[in-house]
Amino acid sequence: MEATQTTPVKYDMEVVRWFTIAAAIYAVVGTLLGVYIASELAWPFLNFDIPYITFGRLRPLHTNAVIFAFGGCVLMGTGFYMVQRTGATRLWSNGLAWFTFWGWNLIIVLAVITLPLGMSQGKEYAELAWPIDILIAIVWLSFGLNHIMTIAIRKTSHIYVANWFTMGMIIMITYLHVVNSLAIPVSLTKSYSIYSGVQDAMIQWWWGHNAVGFYLTGGFLGIMYYFVPKQAGRPVYSYRLSVLHFWALTFGYVWLGAHHLQYTALPDWTGSLGAAVSLAMIIPSWGGAMNGMMTLSGAWDKLRTDYILRFLVVSLAFYAMSTFEGPVMSIKTVNALSHYTDWTIGHVHSGALGWMAMVSYGAMYHMVKKLWGVDKMYSESLVNTHFWLATIGTVVYVVAMWVSGIMQGLMWRDYDEYGTLSYTFVESVAAMHPYYAMRAIGGMIFNLGAWIALYNIVMTVRQASAVRGANAVPANA
Amino acid sequence: MSDHDKIYSTKLQDKAERSTILMFVLTAIALAIGGIVEIIPLFYLPNTAMSGGDGTFNGTAHKDGKGNVVSMTKIIWNPATSEHKTLEDWQPGDGVRPYKPLELAGRAIFIREGCFLCHSQMIRPFRDEKDRYGHYSIAEESMYDHTFQWGSKRTGPDLARVGAKYSDEWHRRHLRYPRDVVPESVMPNYFWLEKMPVNVAETVQTMKVMTMMPFNPVPKAIYTDAYIDGAKTQLEGKTDLDALIAFLQGLGNHIKFEEGVNYRD
Ligand code: HEM
Ligand code: HEM
Ligand SMILES: [Fe+2]
Repeated sequence: MEATQTTPVKYDMEVVRWFTIAAAIYAVVGTLLGVYIASELAWPFLNFDIPYITFGRLRPLHTNAVIFAFGGCVLMGTGFYMVQRTGATRLWSNGLAWFTFWGWNLIIVLAVITLPLGMSQGKEYAELAWPIDILIAIVWLSFGLNHIMTIAIRKTSHIYVANWFTMGMIIMITYLHVVNSLAIPVSLTKSYSIYSGVQDAMIQWWWGHNAVGFYLTGGFLGIMYYFVPKQAGRPVYSYRLSVLHFWALTFGYVWLGAHHLQYTALPDWTGSLGAAVSLAMIIPSWGGAMNGMMTLSGAWDKLRTDYILRFLVVSLAFYAMSTFEGPVMSIKTVNALSHYTDWTIGHVHSGALGWMAMVSYGAMYHMVKKLWGVDKMYSESLVNTHFWLATIGTVVYVVAMWVSGIMQGLMWRDYDEYGTLSYTFVESVAAMHPYYAMRAIGGMIFNLGAWIALYNIVMTVRQASAVRGANAVPANA
Repeated sequence: MSDHDKIYSTKLQDKAERSTILMFVLTAIALAIGGIVEIIPLFYLPNTAMSGGDGTFNGTAHKDGKGNVVSMTKIIWNPATSEHKTLEDWQPGDGVRPYKPLELAGRAIFIREGCFLCHSQMIRPFRDEKDRYGHYSIAEESMYDHTFQWGSKRTGPDLARVGAKYSDEWHRRHLRYPRDVVPESVMPNYFWLEKMPVNVAETVQTMKVMTMMPFNPVPKAIYTDAYIDGAKTQLEGKTDLDALIAFLQGLGNHIKFEEGVNYRD
């Protein structure tokens, strides 16, 4: 996958280093916010009567922090890393990459300021005020242009599969962000969508689903296709399967948004279509997961000693699990139960924690070693500790939400022998308490792992810099 | 070099992998199709509450058990045909209407505080939802909701038909300290909304913006210039809490639903 070269290429890796460190920091912050809002649901006094930290205002900050701050820095960092290495070329524009880095971080800072102030557009994952939306579009295009132009100037003959996925993400997120964010401003911080009701719902979930499908999934599949083979030291199991995986997801995933609107006022055909294509998506998704897993065939023994590989393999297992669960939840009769409940939240986090965060950490550890030119992390055993904390934290979170979600769904629809509803709504709220507490604990375990990762990465970097300072040899990324 | 010249899949795929532009174009096309097919028809088909401007709502025809079509004037309030000509005269059952100024201010607070992250406004056609919340929601009911608020999670109950279910006083107590009224609730206290005056200028501007929407604007015949000018007096001296209560009390009682009518086809 990398061109055989005689002279080493000089890459632009400083910006990748910064994205990597930023990602490790945002992972801590984003999951800490998750723990906090989870705790607010378990122990509401934690809202402390402070408007800025009430659940309704902090929840968007959590989702924006994990998706756009943590996820975004991982995607952009790895994107710039992979596109250079697979193309055996430097970035098209190193300066533009720095613009992307600072621009993206400015957006994050603005989110941290505006969301607690309640400046929300009222659309999930698209809460940020319209001037910030414009900034997002500019910075996103700067990333996209740089990435695609770097592909264009590659020295290798073929575009490597990881870059297809990143390119697909860049195009799709551009479509989604522009169409979904169209709004008329009322003031500098407030605006209203130009769409209403049914049309707005469909456009929002076209955005919402595909932000998940092309950003949290497609973008991270690109990461999978580069870092799993690299870490395992073997080529991708099946090239043809990757072709199928890519085109099936690229064409198919776009249709799924309607599965977020089953039994709503959206016309029935749209939801049914969304459900049908959702079911079909099991095939390419599992094909892709198998492709990643089987890349290890013949190298399974490495799992015993290679903790980074463990992150990558477990992430694929969660990817397989949530892409099975998702299609099942798209089936109308299942969705009738699961919609509006914690089951959805459990599904979200098995994807987000188990798949997206795990594969990110696998890639980040791999990159840290390469970027700072070290053979080992500061502490390999801490990588293992982090691995177990992340895995256990995720499992605790997801199991708690499965139980509470299904319980909610069943309580809401339960009738007694006289034909009246068995439970008031608030009885279902009270029944959730133990599971909300359990979820908060699962989150704390995961968050502890994120702190350890940050510590380990910072110490590795410091050690490497100290050595470098002593030897005065420029690091070769 | 030999390995790179081999074709492992199809010729087209191989070509795309060698050409940035071709890969870009093919991907961009594949990505566009699903959204086009699912979204664009919703602007032209019936039962999507798209006003279209000719008053037929793209030919929407809700029928009762005998096949008789229910007139759209019974579903969407039209001051020209209704016996109640202004928003002030409008009565529950007259059909879907735009928000009154104070309600609109309340809706902005609903969005600002992220209420939609815990409360849905979309009742599904199931027996338990009917018993718990009322008649299933229909497309027309959110046609003036620029930024729909259907929600995706019920940490609290659905609010689509909460209007007039409780007294203003109940809402005031509940919003200030939810656990005073419902001890097991996990909702934050919102007593501080009582100290915040309604943003008059922004609400007036919002009314103007709602008449400018490219899709489903509030008709100028309803938000007349005079009505917008008069909004100020309705808003002055009110708090965010008053506005939020007004918004909640206006939800869900616009249409008089009749037995046996299919309101979604
Ligand atoms: C320590 C880890 C985490 C904890 C404790 C946590 C906790 C939470 C909580 C309590 C909610 C609100 C659920 C509700 O409204 O009922 C939530 C929502 C959400 N979180 Fe997390 N979270 C964590 C990590 C993550 C990560 C890494 C992601 C990555 C993308 C993520 C993505 C989301 C999303 C997308 C939602 C919205 C779900 C929906 O609307 O259905 N979370 N999280
Ligand atoms: C083939 C794959 C998948 C399918 C068919 C699918 C399907 C679904 C369905 C049916 C829902 C519930 C909608 C509702 O009732 O409200 C849902 C919610 C969600 N899924 Fe998936 N899912 C898939 C994979 C994933 C993955 C891998 C992730 C994360 C990386 C993910 C993240 C989410 C999020 C964030 C939501 C919550 C949206 C919200 O309500 O705010 N999904 N998905
Ligand atoms: Fe989805």
